[in-house]
Amino acid sequence: MYDFTYHRPASLDEAKVLIDENEDAQPLSGGQTLMPVLRARLAMPGALVDLTRIDALRGVNMEGGRIVIGGATTHAEVAQNEQVREHCPALAALAGEIGDPQVRHRGTIGGSVANNDPAACYPSACLALDAEVRTDRRTVPAADFFTAMFETALEPGEIVTAISFAACHDAHYEKFPNPASRFALIAVFAARLGGATRLAVTGGGTGVFRWQEGEQAVDRGEDLAAAPLDEGRFTGDLHASTEYRIHLTRVMAQRALARIG
Amino acid sequence: MGKISLEVNGEDVELDVADNTLLIHALRDHLRLTGAHMGCDTSQCGACTVHIEGQAIKSCAMLAVQAEGRSVTTIEGLADDGEPLHPMQQAFHDNHGLQCGFCTPGMVMIGIDIARRHNVPDAATVRHELEGNLCRCTGYQNIVAAIVEGAAKMEAQP
Repeated sequence: MYDFTYHRPASLDEAKVLIDENEDAQPLSGGQTLMPVLRARLAMPGALVDLTRIDALRGVNMEGGRIVIGGATTHAEVAQNEQVREHCPALAALAGEIGDPQVRHRGTIGGSVANNDPAACYPSACLALDAEVRTDRRTVPAADFFTAMFETALEPGEIVTAISFAACHDAHYEKFPNPASRFALIAVFAARLGGATRLAVTGGGTGVFRWQEGEQAVDRGEDLAAAPLDEGRFTGDLHASTEYRIHLTRVMAQRALARIG
Repeated sequence: MGKISLEVNGEDVELDVADNTLLIHALRDHLRLTGAHMGCDTSQCGACTVHIEGQAIKSCAMLAVQAEGRSVTTIEGLADDGEPLHPMQQAFHDNHGLQCGFCTPGMVMIGIDIARRHNVPDAATVRHELEGNLCRCTGYQNIVAAIVEGAAKMEAQP
């Protein structure tokens, strides 16, 4: 492993100072993506600032009917949390199927959202459930947060402190996992929010997106199989061709909607 | 960071490690606990699985300094030399749940974690929960049988 310094602040204020002081500091959360990335030297920050022992970034609260999950809350904690299970069972189920048990014990929602892997699970729930990403500086609606694959609206040094979701019982996450990585080959988070259908797609290859033509087709009572789907959203690789991913999107969306009923 | 304090297999340990030392390397090279194995170097195979505060994690995807103040359990911590094996270890022995044995420490540690979370899991649950552990001998049949039996033995213990 190349050389870097490690810092473990006890508060958000302390973390902000450390990030300001170290020019190429990188916030570290669960490290389930970052640690392999560092070992492969795909990134080489000079300093890591560990956020996982900042109490204010951990745990789940209900605020005005919304579920607020601290950025350093692990996938296992979200999956088991009573409030998440009660107010949005689909979100708890999604968290319980990320990666593998070891990854879920370490990986965090803030890390997943900030990384914005084009095949990650959480970003689809964020788009479908009108999430707001809270940072140490501001609150960003999910629709404006995920800007491109591995890119977000976060500015240098900005820290994700929490994500708030609309409570929703009429929701389901249907994932076709890559059999090796358990990332989504294609997955669709479907929800009915305020009487309207939401379909958020991850795994296409270019970044998470809402399939709005599909949503409109469902709400008009039309056949989802015939709804337009922008091919530019998809790429092919050794795991699946573009055509297969497009086909899977329609299938996963229909399965997810069937589960909502 | 310099010196860090943590608990390893029930004993307080002080380690002098560089910030960039992975937990797996601290365990193997500094403490000579060579049970946990470095298999894939890409955080996929699970041969490095140990417990932090009783939860299975991949020690190649965590820095040693991140374990400061935490309780770490490795395969060596399950049973003292000459003492009866942990029920999960015994179940691997009884079911011949290994071939070359390289993945076995990780399999036993995730097996215990599965048993703690699912009490008496069925074979399908065990297979699902083994997503993070690879056996390149492909000896899953007996590994699954061992974890099912080991979990039942753990449940039956007082």
